[in-house]
Amino acid sequence: MRVAMTVNGVVREHDVEPRTMLVEYLREFCGLTGTKVGCDTSSCGACTVLVDGESVKSCTMLAAQADGADVTTIEGLATDGALHRVQQAFHEQHGLQCGFCTAGMVMASVSLLSEIPAPTEADVRLGLEGNLCRCTGYHNIVKSVLAAAEGAPA
Amino acid sequence: MIPAAFEYVRADSRGHAVALVAEHGDDAKLLAGGMSLLPLMKLRLATPAVVVDVGRLRDLSYVVDGGDHVSIGALTRHRDLEVSELLAAECGVLRAVAAQVGDPQVRHRGTLGGSAAHGDPAADLPAALVALDATFVAGGPGGERIISASDMFRGFLETALAPDELLTEIRVPKSGPSGFSFQKFNRRAQDYAIVGAVAARVGGATNVALVNMGGTPLRAVAVEEALAGGAPLADAARFAAEGTDPPADANASVEFREHLARVLVHRALEAAAG
Repeated sequence: MRVAMTVNGVVREHDVEPRTMLVEYLREFCGLTGTKVGCDTSSCGACTVLVDGESVKSCTMLAAQADGADVTTIEGLATDGALHRVQQAFHEQHGLQCGFCTAGMVMASVSLLSEIPAPTEADVRLGLEGNLCRCTGYHNIVKSVLAAAEGAPA
Repeated sequence: MIPAAFEYVRADSRGHAVALVAEHGDDAKLLAGGMSLLPLMKLRLATPAVVVDVGRLRDLSYVVDGGDHVSIGALTRHRDLEVSELLAAECGVLRAVAAQVGDPQVRHRGTLGGSAAHGDPAADLPAALVALDATFVAGGPGGERIISASDMFRGFLETALAPDELLTEIRVPKSGPSGFSFQKFNRRAQDYAIVGAVAARVGGATNVALVNMGGTPLRAVAVEEALAGGAPLADAARFAAEGTDPPADANASVEFREHLARVLVHRALEAAAG
Protein backbone atom coordinates (compact mmCIF):
# COMPACT_ATOMS: atom_id res chain seq x y z
CA MET A 1 0.00 0.00 0.00
CA ARG A 2 1.03 3.62 -0.59
CA VAL A 3 1.73 5.80 2.45
CA ALA A 4 2.77 9.43 2.49
CA MET A 5 3.65 11.58 5.46
CA THR A 6 5.66 14.65 6.30
CA VAL A 7 8.79 13.61 8.17
CA ASN A 8 10.86 16.46 9.63
CA GLY A 9 9.28 18.87 7.16
CA VAL A 10 9.88 16.71 4.08
CA VAL A 11 7.11 14.78 2.32
CA ARG A 12 7.99 11.08 2.14
CA GLU A 13 6.05 8.56 0.10
CA HIS A 14 6.64 4.83 -0.23
CA ASP A 15 4.99 1.53 -1.01
CA VAL A 16 4.92 -0.54 2.18
CA GLU A 17 3.37 -3.73 3.44
CA PRO A 18 0.41 -2.94 5.72
CA ARG A 19 2.26 -4.58 8.63
CA THR A 20 5.14 -2.10 8.44
CA MET A 21 5.55 -0.36 11.78
CA LEU A 22 6.22 3.37 11.81
CA VAL A 23 9.67 2.86 13.34
CA GLU A 24 10.62 0.48 10.53
CA TYR A 25 9.30 2.98 8.01
CA LEU A 26 11.40 5.77 9.51
CA ARG A 27 14.58 3.70 9.81
CA GLU A 28 14.48 1.48 6.72
CA PHE A 29 12.50 3.51 4.20
CA CYS A 30 13.47 7.04 5.22
CA GLY A 31 16.98 6.18 6.44
CA LEU A 32 16.41 8.01 9.73
CA THR A 33 18.18 5.71 12.18
CA GLY A 34 18.25 8.18 15.07
CA THR A 35 15.03 6.57 16.31
CA LYS A 36 15.95 3.31 18.06
CA VAL A 37 14.14 0.02 18.51
CA GLY A 38 14.65 -1.04 22.12
CA CYS A 39 12.18 -3.49 23.62
CA ASP A 40 9.89 -3.58 20.56
CA THR A 41 6.96 -4.11 22.94
CA SER A 42 5.95 -0.47 23.67
CA SER A 43 7.55 -0.53 27.11
CA CYS A 44 10.92 1.21 26.82
CA GLY A 45 10.13 4.33 24.79
CA ALA A 46 13.41 4.33 22.81
CA CYS A 47 11.32 4.55 19.62
CA THR A 48 9.38 7.65 20.72
CA VAL A 49 8.68 10.17 17.94
CA LEU A 50 6.16 12.97 17.58
CA VAL A 51 3.08 12.39 15.45
CA ASP A 52 1.19 15.64 14.92
CA GLY A 53 3.16 17.07 17.83
CA GLU A 54 2.44 14.34 20.37
CA SER A 55 4.75 11.59 21.61
CA VAL A 56 3.98 8.06 20.43
CA LYS A 57 5.85 4.78 20.49
CA SER A 58 6.63 4.17 16.84
CA CYS A 59 7.18 0.43 17.37
CA THR A 60 3.47 0.13 18.17
CA MET A 61 1.95 2.22 15.40
CA LEU A 62 1.52 1.16 11.81
CA ALA A 63 3.07 3.36 9.15
CA ALA A 64 -0.43 3.22 7.64
CA GLN A 65 -1.85 4.87 10.77
CA ALA A 66 0.59 7.77 10.28
CA ASP A 67 -0.38 8.20 6.63
CA GLY A 68 -0.94 11.93 6.09
CA ALA A 69 0.50 12.87 9.48
CA ASP A 70 3.26 15.27 10.44
CA VAL A 71 6.07 13.21 12.01
CA THR A 72 9.09 14.57 13.86
CA THR A 73 12.11 12.43 14.75
CA ILE A 74 15.27 13.34 16.66
CA GLU A 75 16.86 14.34 13.33
CA GLY A 76 14.19 17.01 12.90
CA LEU A 77 14.71 18.94 16.11
CA ALA A 78 17.82 21.00 15.40
CA THR A 79 17.42 24.06 13.19
CA ASP A 80 20.27 25.42 11.07
CA GLY A 81 22.82 23.44 13.01
CA ALA A 82 21.62 24.74 16.39
CA LEU A 83 20.46 22.10 18.84
CA HIS A 84 16.88 22.23 20.12
CA ARG A 85 16.79 23.58 23.69
CA VAL A 86 15.97 20.10 25.03
CA GLN A 87 18.95 18.59 23.16
CA GLN A 88 21.16 21.41 24.42
CA ALA A 89 19.99 20.82 27.99
CA PHE A 90 20.71 17.06 27.76
CA HIS A 91 24.19 17.99 26.54
CA GLU A 92 24.86 20.51 29.28
CA GLN A 93 23.37 18.51 32.14
CA HIS A 94 24.96 15.24 30.98
CA GLY A 95 21.52 13.66 30.59
CA LEU A 96 22.87 10.52 28.94
CA GLN A 97 25.52 7.86 29.17
CA CYS A 98 25.33 5.18 26.47
CA GLY A 99 22.83 7.23 24.47
CA PHE A 100 20.53 4.42 23.37
CA CYS A 101 17.44 5.80 25.14
CA THR A 102 18.34 9.41 24.43
CA ALA A 103 16.45 10.04 21.20
CA GLY A 104 13.28 8.69 22.80
CA MET A 105 13.91 10.59 26.03
CA VAL A 106 14.38 13.85 24.15
CA MET A 107 11.26 13.36 22.02
CA ALA A 108 9.16 12.41 25.07
CA SER A 109 10.53 15.50 26.84
CA VAL A 110 9.65 17.79 23.94
CA SER A 111 6.10 16.43 24.00
CA LEU A 112 5.91 16.78 27.80
CA LEU A 113 7.09 20.40 27.70
CA SER A 114 4.51 21.24 25.03
CA GLU A 115 1.81 19.97 27.40
CA ILE A 116 3.36 21.28 30.65
CA PRO A 117 5.70 24.17 29.79
CA ALA A 118 6.87 24.69 33.40
CA PRO A 119 6.76 21.25 35.03
CA THR A 120 7.71 20.31 38.57
CA GLU A 121 10.24 17.56 39.13
CA ALA A 122 7.35 15.21 39.88
CA ASP A 123 5.67 16.18 36.57
CA VAL A 124 8.88 15.30 34.73
CA ARG A 125 9.32 11.96 36.46
CA LEU A 126 5.69 11.00 35.77
CA GLY A 127 5.83 12.45 32.26
CA LEU A 128 8.82 10.26 31.38
CA GLU A 129 7.18 7.16 32.85
CA GLY A 130 7.10 5.58 29.40
CA ASN A 131 10.86 5.83 28.81
CA LEU A 132 13.45 3.55 30.34
CA CYS A 133 17.14 4.36 30.84
CA ARG A 134 19.47 1.68 32.14
CA CYS A 135 22.54 3.93 32.68
CA THR A 136 21.77 7.20 34.34
CA GLY A 137 19.38 6.47 37.17
CA TYR A 138 17.27 9.23 35.53
CA HIS A 139 18.68 11.96 37.77
CA ASN A 140 20.46 13.97 35.08
CA ILE A 141 17.68 13.34 32.58
CA VAL A 142 15.20 14.96 34.95
CA LYS A 143 17.66 17.83 35.51
CA SER A 144 17.96 18.26 31.75
CA VAL A 145 14.21 18.53 31.23
CA LEU A 146 13.86 21.00 34.10
CA ALA A 147 16.71 23.07 32.62
CA ALA A 148 14.93 23.15 29.26
CA ALA A 149 11.59 24.17 30.77
CA GLU A 150 9.99 27.57 30.43
CA GLY A 151 11.31 29.99 33.02
CA ALA A 152 14.37 27.90 33.86
CA PRO A 153 17.55 29.93 34.34
CA ALA A 154 19.39 30.15 31.02
CA MET B 1 8.76 -8.37 15.87
CA ILE B 2 6.59 -8.26 12.82
CA PRO B 3 2.88 -9.09 12.70
CA ALA B 4 1.59 -11.76 10.34
CA ALA B 5 0.58 -10.27 7.00
CA PHE B 6 -2.89 -8.74 6.84
CA GLU B 7 -5.03 -6.62 4.57
CA TYR B 8 -5.45 -3.05 5.82
CA VAL B 9 -8.68 -1.17 5.17
CA ARG B 10 -9.42 2.31 6.46
CA ALA B 11 -13.04 2.99 7.36
CA ASP B 12 -14.26 6.44 6.35
CA SER B 13 -17.53 6.33 8.29
CA ARG B 14 -19.09 4.22 11.02
CA GLY B 15 -21.42 2.69 8.42
CA HIS B 16 -18.42 1.77 6.30
CA ALA B 17 -16.72 0.19 9.34
CA VAL B 18 -19.78 -1.92 10.12
CA ALA B 19 -20.11 -2.99 6.47
CA LEU B 20 -16.44 -4.02 6.41
CA VAL B 21 -16.60 -6.13 9.57
CA ALA B 22 -19.92 -7.61 8.45
CA GLU B 23 -18.28 -8.60 5.17
CA HIS B 24 -15.18 -10.16 6.73
CA GLY B 25 -16.70 -11.55 9.95
CA ASP B 26 -14.31 -13.32 12.31
CA ASP B 27 -11.37 -12.71 9.95
CA ALA B 28 -11.51 -8.97 10.67
CA LYS B 29 -10.42 -6.93 13.67
CA LEU B 30 -11.25 -3.30 14.31
CA LEU B 31 -8.20 -1.13 14.99
CA ALA B 32 -8.67 2.02 17.08
CA GLY B 33 -5.51 3.36 18.76
CA GLY B 34 -3.83 -0.04 18.55
CA MET B 35 -2.32 0.01 22.03
CA SER B 36 -3.71 -3.46 22.84
CA LEU B 37 -4.24 -5.01 19.41
CA LEU B 38 -0.87 -4.19 17.82
CA PRO B 39 1.24 -5.76 20.62
CA LEU B 40 -0.90 -8.91 20.34
CA MET B 41 -0.39 -8.93 16.58
CA LYS B 42 3.36 -8.43 16.92
CA LEU B 43 3.50 -11.42 19.28
CA ARG B 44 1.23 -13.25 16.78
CA LEU B 45 -1.25 -13.97 19.51
CA ALA B 46 -3.70 -12.23 17.17
CA THR B 47 -3.50 -12.86 13.42
CA PRO B 48 -6.46 -11.11 11.79
CA ALA B 49 -6.62 -11.43 8.00
CA VAL B 50 -8.19 -7.98 7.71
CA VAL B 51 -7.56 -4.94 9.91
CA VAL B 52 -10.29 -2.32 9.71
CA ASP B 53 -8.81 0.97 10.90
CA VAL B 54 -11.49 3.12 12.53
CA GLY B 55 -8.91 5.47 14.05
CA ARG B 56 -9.83 8.36 11.77
CA LEU B 57 -13.53 8.48 12.59
CA ARG B 58 -13.13 11.80 14.36
CA ASP B 59 -16.90 12.13 14.81
CA LEU B 60 -16.55 9.36 17.42
CA SER B 61 -14.21 11.47 19.56
CA TYR B 62 -16.09 13.70 22.00
CA VAL B 63 -16.99 14.26 25.65
CA VAL B 64 -20.42 15.90 25.94
CA ASP B 65 -23.05 16.57 28.59
CA GLY B 66 -25.95 14.13 28.20
CA GLY B 67 -28.15 15.49 31.01
CA ASP B 68 -27.87 12.96 33.84
CA HIS B 69 -24.81 11.39 32.23
CA VAL B 70 -21.70 12.21 30.24
CA SER B 71 -21.53 10.79 26.71
CA ILE B 72 -18.10 9.83 25.44
CA GLY B 73 -17.33 8.88 21.86
CA ALA B 74 -15.71 5.46 21.61
CA LEU B 75 -12.63 6.88 19.88
CA THR B 76 -11.94 9.48 22.55
CA ARG B 77 -8.31 9.06 23.58
CA HIS B 78 -7.18 8.64 27.17
CA ARG B 79 -5.32 11.93 26.81
CA ASP B 80 -8.56 13.70 25.87
CA LEU B 81 -10.27 12.24 28.96
CA GLU B 82 -7.30 13.30 31.09
CA VAL B 83 -7.68 16.98 30.09
CA SER B 84 -11.48 17.14 29.83
CA GLU B 85 -12.85 19.80 32.19
CA LEU B 86 -16.38 18.45 31.73
CA LEU B 87 -15.28 14.99 32.82
CA ALA B 88 -13.28 16.38 35.76
CA ALA B 89 -16.39 18.20 36.99
CA GLU B 90 -19.03 15.56 36.28
CA CYS B 91 -17.23 12.21 36.52
CA GLY B 92 -13.88 12.84 38.12
CA VAL B 93 -13.21 9.17 38.71
CA LEU B 94 -13.05 8.34 34.99
CA ARG B 95 -10.71 11.27 34.35
CA ALA B 96 -8.45 10.14 37.20
CA VAL B 97 -8.33 6.53 36.02
CA ALA B 98 -7.66 7.55 32.40
CA ALA B 99 -4.72 9.65 33.61
CA GLN B 100 -3.08 6.53 35.08
CA VAL B 101 -3.31 4.26 32.05
CA GLY B 102 0.08 3.19 30.68
CA ASP B 103 2.25 6.22 29.99
CA PRO B 104 1.85 9.49 28.05
CA GLN B 105 2.70 7.87 24.71
CA VAL B 106 0.05 5.20 25.25
CA ARG B 107 -2.50 7.80 26.35
CA HIS B 108 -1.87 9.79 23.16
CA ARG B 109 -3.03 6.82 21.07
CA GLY B 110 -5.26 4.57 23.18
CA THR B 111 -9.03 5.09 23.20
CA LEU B 112 -11.78 4.46 25.75
CA GLY B 113 -13.78 2.38 23.30
CA GLY B 114 -10.73 0.40 22.28
CA SER B 115 -9.97 -0.45 25.89
CA ALA B 116 -13.59 -1.43 26.57
CA ALA B 117 -13.91 -3.53 23.41
CA HIS B 118 -10.63 -5.30 24.17
CA GLY B 119 -12.06 -6.38 27.53
CA ASP B 120 -8.80 -6.97 29.36
CA PRO B 121 -9.46 -7.67 33.06
CA ALA B 122 -6.00 -6.23 33.85
CA ALA B 123 -6.84 -2.88 32.23
CA ASP B 124 -7.84 0.10 34.37
CA LEU B 125 -10.66 1.69 32.37
CA PRO B 126 -12.97 -1.34 32.03
CA ALA B 127 -13.02 -1.64 35.83
CA ALA B 128 -13.85 2.06 36.16
CA LEU B 129 -16.69 1.63 33.66
CA VAL B 130 -17.99 -1.36 35.64
CA ALA B 131 -17.80 0.64 38.88
CA LEU B 132 -19.81 3.41 37.23
CA ASP B 133 -22.46 1.11 35.73
CA ALA B 134 -21.65 2.66 32.37
CA THR B 135 -23.78 1.91 29.34
CA PHE B 136 -22.33 1.05 25.95
CA VAL B 137 -23.83 1.96 22.58
CA ALA B 138 -23.02 -0.40 19.73
CA GLY B 139 -23.95 -0.10 16.08
CA GLY B 140 -24.35 -3.10 13.76
CA PRO B 141 -26.05 -4.04 10.51
CA GLY B 142 -29.40 -4.17 12.35
CA GLY B 143 -29.05 -0.75 13.94
CA GLU B 144 -28.06 0.43 17.37
CA ARG B 145 -28.36 -1.28 20.75
CA ILE B 146 -27.50 -0.47 24.34
CA ILE B 147 -25.39 -2.83 26.45
CA SER B 148 -25.21 -2.52 30.24
CA ALA B 149 -21.91 -2.74 32.09
CA SER B 150 -23.07 -5.95 33.79
CA ASP B 151 -23.61 -7.54 30.35
CA MET B 152 -20.61 -6.07 28.54
CA PHE B 153 -17.69 -8.07 29.94
CA ARG B 154 -18.23 -11.79 29.37
CA GLY B 155 -14.80 -13.38 29.86
CA PHE B 156 -11.09 -12.91 29.28
CA LEU B 157 -10.80 -10.51 26.29
CA GLU B 158 -14.43 -11.32 25.53
CA THR B 159 -17.27 -8.79 25.42
CA ALA B 160 -20.92 -8.72 24.43
CA LEU B 161 -20.01 -6.98 21.16
CA ALA B 162 -20.77 -9.08 18.07
CA PRO B 163 -18.05 -9.43 15.40
CA ASP B 164 -20.05 -7.11 13.12
CA GLU B 165 -20.72 -4.43 15.74
CA LEU B 166 -18.86 -1.18 16.34
CA LEU B 167 -18.81 0.32 19.82
CA THR B 168 -19.70 3.97 19.25
CA GLU B 169 -20.38 5.59 22.62
CA ILE B 170 -19.93 5.07 26.35
CA ARG B 171 -22.25 6.81 28.82
CA VAL B 172 -21.23 7.33 32.43
CA PRO B 173 -23.47 8.69 35.19
CA LYS B 174 -22.63 12.08 36.63
CA SER B 175 -20.92 11.32 39.91
CA GLY B 176 -19.23 14.65 40.56
CA PRO B 177 -15.68 15.90 40.82
CA SER B 178 -14.78 14.00 44.02
CA GLY B 179 -15.79 11.08 46.23
CA PHE B 180 -13.72 8.47 44.45
CA SER B 181 -10.36 6.74 44.55
CA PHE B 182 -8.34 4.52 42.24
CA GLN B 183 -5.68 2.41 43.92
CA LYS B 184 -3.33 0.75 41.45
CA PHE B 185 -0.63 -1.60 42.68
CA ASN B 186 2.28 -2.42 40.40
CA ARG B 187 6.00 -2.90 40.77
CA ARG B 188 7.25 -0.69 37.94
CA ALA B 189 6.09 2.56 36.41
CA GLN B 190 3.70 2.11 33.43
CA ASP B 191 2.99 -1.57 34.21
CA TYR B 192 -0.47 -3.03 34.26
CA ALA B 193 -1.97 -3.24 37.74
CA ILE B 194 -1.13 -6.45 39.59
CA VAL B 195 -4.39 -5.59 41.35
CA GLY B 196 -6.39 -2.37 41.22
CA ALA B 197 -9.42 -1.08 43.11
CA VAL B 198 -11.84 1.66 42.06
CA ALA B 199 -14.25 3.13 44.61
CA ALA B 200 -16.75 5.78 43.57
CA ARG B 201 -19.80 7.32 45.17
CA VAL B 202 -22.56 7.14 42.55
CA GLY B 203 -25.99 8.41 43.55
CA GLY B 204 -26.28 7.52 47.22
CA ALA B 205 -24.20 4.35 47.06
CA THR B 206 -20.51 3.49 47.04
CA ASN B 207 -19.59 1.31 44.08
CA VAL B 208 -16.41 -0.75 44.11
CA ALA B 209 -14.74 -2.55 41.19
CA LEU B 210 -11.56 -4.61 40.92
CA VAL B 211 -8.83 -4.79 38.28
CA ASN B 212 -7.14 -8.12 37.54
CA MET B 213 -9.06 -10.23 40.07
CA GLY B 214 -10.71 -12.58 37.56
CA GLY B 215 -11.49 -13.14 33.89
CA THR B 216 -13.38 -9.84 33.68
CA PRO B 217 -13.37 -6.57 35.60
CA LEU B 218 -15.45 -7.34 38.70
CA ARG B 219 -17.76 -5.50 41.07
CA ALA B 220 -16.88 -6.17 44.70
CA VAL B 221 -20.50 -7.03 45.46
CA ALA B 222 -19.91 -8.30 49.01
CA VAL B 223 -18.10 -5.07 49.91
CA GLU B 224 -20.92 -2.96 48.49
CA GLU B 225 -23.54 -4.97 50.39
CA ALA B 226 -21.62 -4.62 53.65
CA LEU B 227 -21.36 -0.87 53.12
CA ALA B 228 -25.07 -0.63 52.32
CA GLY B 229 -25.73 -2.51 55.55
CA GLY B 230 -23.79 0.11 57.50
CA ALA B 231 -20.52 -1.77 58.05
CA PRO B 232 -17.45 0.35 58.86
CA LEU B 233 -15.09 0.74 55.89
CA ALA B 234 -12.41 -1.54 57.32
CA ASP B 235 -14.94 -4.31 57.94
CA ALA B 236 -16.50 -4.00 54.48
CA ALA B 237 -13.06 -4.14 52.82
CA ARG B 238 -12.44 -7.59 54.33
CA PHE B 239 -14.96 -8.97 51.79
CA ALA B 240 -12.97 -7.63 48.80
CA ALA B 241 -11.76 -11.04 47.57
CA GLU B 242 -15.18 -12.71 47.88
CA GLY B 243 -16.50 -13.98 44.57
CA THR B 244 -13.22 -13.29 42.76
CA ASP B 245 -11.08 -15.71 40.77
CA PRO B 246 -7.67 -14.05 40.51
CA PRO B 247 -4.89 -15.39 38.30
CA ALA B 248 -1.51 -16.57 39.60
CA ASP B 249 1.48 -15.45 37.58
CA ALA B 250 5.10 -14.32 37.91
CA ASN B 251 3.98 -11.15 39.71
CA ALA B 252 1.67 -12.55 42.35
CA SER B 253 0.03 -15.69 43.71
CA VAL B 254 -3.72 -16.02 44.16
CA GLU B 255 -3.33 -15.44 47.90
CA PHE B 256 -1.23 -12.30 47.40
CA ARG B 257 -3.81 -10.90 44.97
CA GLU B 258 -6.59 -11.58 47.47
CA HIS B 259 -4.56 -9.78 50.12
CA LEU B 260 -3.93 -6.87 47.77
CA ALA B 261 -7.63 -6.63 46.94
CA ARG B 262 -8.52 -6.27 50.64
CA VAL B 263 -5.79 -3.70 51.28
CA LEU B 264 -6.44 -1.66 48.14
CA VAL B 265 -10.22 -1.66 48.59
CA HIS B 266 -9.74 -0.45 52.16
CA ARG B 267 -7.47 2.37 50.96
CA ALA B 268 -9.87 3.23 48.14
CA LEU B 269 -12.86 3.36 50.49
CA GLU B 270 -11.00 5.59 52.96
CA ALA B 271 -9.84 7.93 50.21
CA ALA B 272 -13.26 8.06 48.53
CA ALA B 273 -14.90 8.88 51.86
CA GLY B 274 -12.34 11.55 52.71
